Amino acid sequence: MSDHELRVSKIRNGTVIDHVSGGHALNVLSILGIDGSEGLGVSVVMNVPSDRLGRKDVVKVEDRELSQSEVDVISLIAPEASINIIREFEVVQKNRVDRPETVVGLLSCPNRNCITNENEPVETNFTVVDDDVRCTYCSTIIRESLADHIDPE
Amino acid sequence: MRQDHLISATQLSRADIEAVLDRAAEIDGDPAAWGDAHDRAVLALCFFEPSTRTKMSFDTAMKRLGGTTTDMGSVDSSSVKKGESLADTVRVVEGYADALVLRHPSEGAAKMAAEFVDVPVINAGDGAGQHPSQTLLDLYTIRENVGLDDLSIGIMGDLKYGRTVHSLAEALTNFDVRQHFISPESLRLPRGVRFDLHQSGAQVREHTELEGVLPDLDVLYVTRIQRERFPDETEYEKVAGEYQIDTETLEATKDDLAVMHPLPRVDEIDPGVDATDHATYFEQAHNGVPVRMALLDYLLSEEEDQ
Repeated sequence: MSDHELRVSKIRNGTVIDHVSGGHALNVLSILGIDGSEGLGVSVVMNVPSDRLGRKDVVKVEDRELSQSEVDVISLIAPEASINIIREFEVVQKNRVDRPETVVGLLSCPNRNCITNENEPVETNFTVVDDDVRCTYCSTIIRESLADHIDPE
Repeated sequence: MRQDHLISATQLSRADIEAVLDRAAEIDGDPAAWGDAHDRAVLALCFFEPSTRTKMSFDTAMKRLGGTTTDMGSVDSSSVKKGESLADTVRVVEGYADALVLRHPSEGAAKMAAEFVDVPVINAGDGAGQHPSQTLLDLYTIRENVGLDDLSIGIMGDLKYGRTVHSLAEALTNFDVRQHFISPESLRLPRGVRFDLHQSGAQVREHTELEGVLPDLDVLYVTRIQRERFPDETEYEKVAGEYQIDTETLEATKDDLAVMHPLPRVDEIDPGVDATDHATYFEQAHNGVPVRMALLDYLLSEEEDQ
């Protein structure tokens, strides 16, 4: 996006998550556990034109540098996302997201009879298998949109 | 076998299975010789769902190895009724026993329980998930009757919710077995099991009718189709009737076809079949004791070695 099209200002320090599939910015924030209560400056741009994706979302999180393991989970809903670490307005690091091997405590299991949906002290745990994820407790495979299974807690 | 727990058939290698079955055969040949193999060992029976065969055969198996059992009793009379979590229950019970047998209505319950305790946990059925100790006695029965390689097995009935089916299908991938799954479309194998079978390269075919495949089978493993899986009675009656067998059905089979069933049966195998040479299901149920003795021996020996 050229400067004259900028819809939110550049950030001084923090992380810019670019090339998020259009409409998924809020899911990205949910995955990262950011809901505004942390006091971080957060900017969200949704459904802006993108050469690569047609429409994309952009998420800017000020004063927090996200680790690779944190951002890898984003790949489950936004495989094209790129992560830019910003220091003093400059991009000091630019990474693509990689598929993680496991996803712990983020998704809820769609199998209502899974032990992780009972009142037990256990976090959900999914292994990533090809394009799907699989519950390590009940073996249920989630193939459809993972964003629908993000546990808001 | 050197495992801490028995949670799923997917964890069993061919070597693990053969080690348990060989030990079971040894025990079966001379049960009295094992009478003090695990003197004073205590096995906890934690059954959150009703059980006859599994619970009684584990109870007998432990006692025939010289040990004793301690039984949680029914859920209605336990602290579960007061709202205690499974995680807390098993952490308490591990203080009373050297190993723990768990049956629970939720899938994944045994795996979670194993994460909270140090004693071996044996999954005796977790919802519609797995029932691996049943699989070991199923395999023992198959081996005794027709051998475990170059075999065609038909598995019929409720393949979606049948935990004995899931465990058996996954364990059979260790052997040269052609697996035929026969069920109504609505009760076919769950996606996770089909994925595992595909990954293992197993020879698998799915059918909606028994007729075409029956003459090729060495083993027919029948399971119960439960009424509550269907939205209305008419649909159930229609479907269930197509997956019942009687002496007439068995006219078109190999002479040495073994008909198996994890029991209890309702009407999927006509009592007339009981008197035929095909009927293997009571032998299968009796094998629960030597096979579970062998399994306990392995898990407890591992414990004692530590």
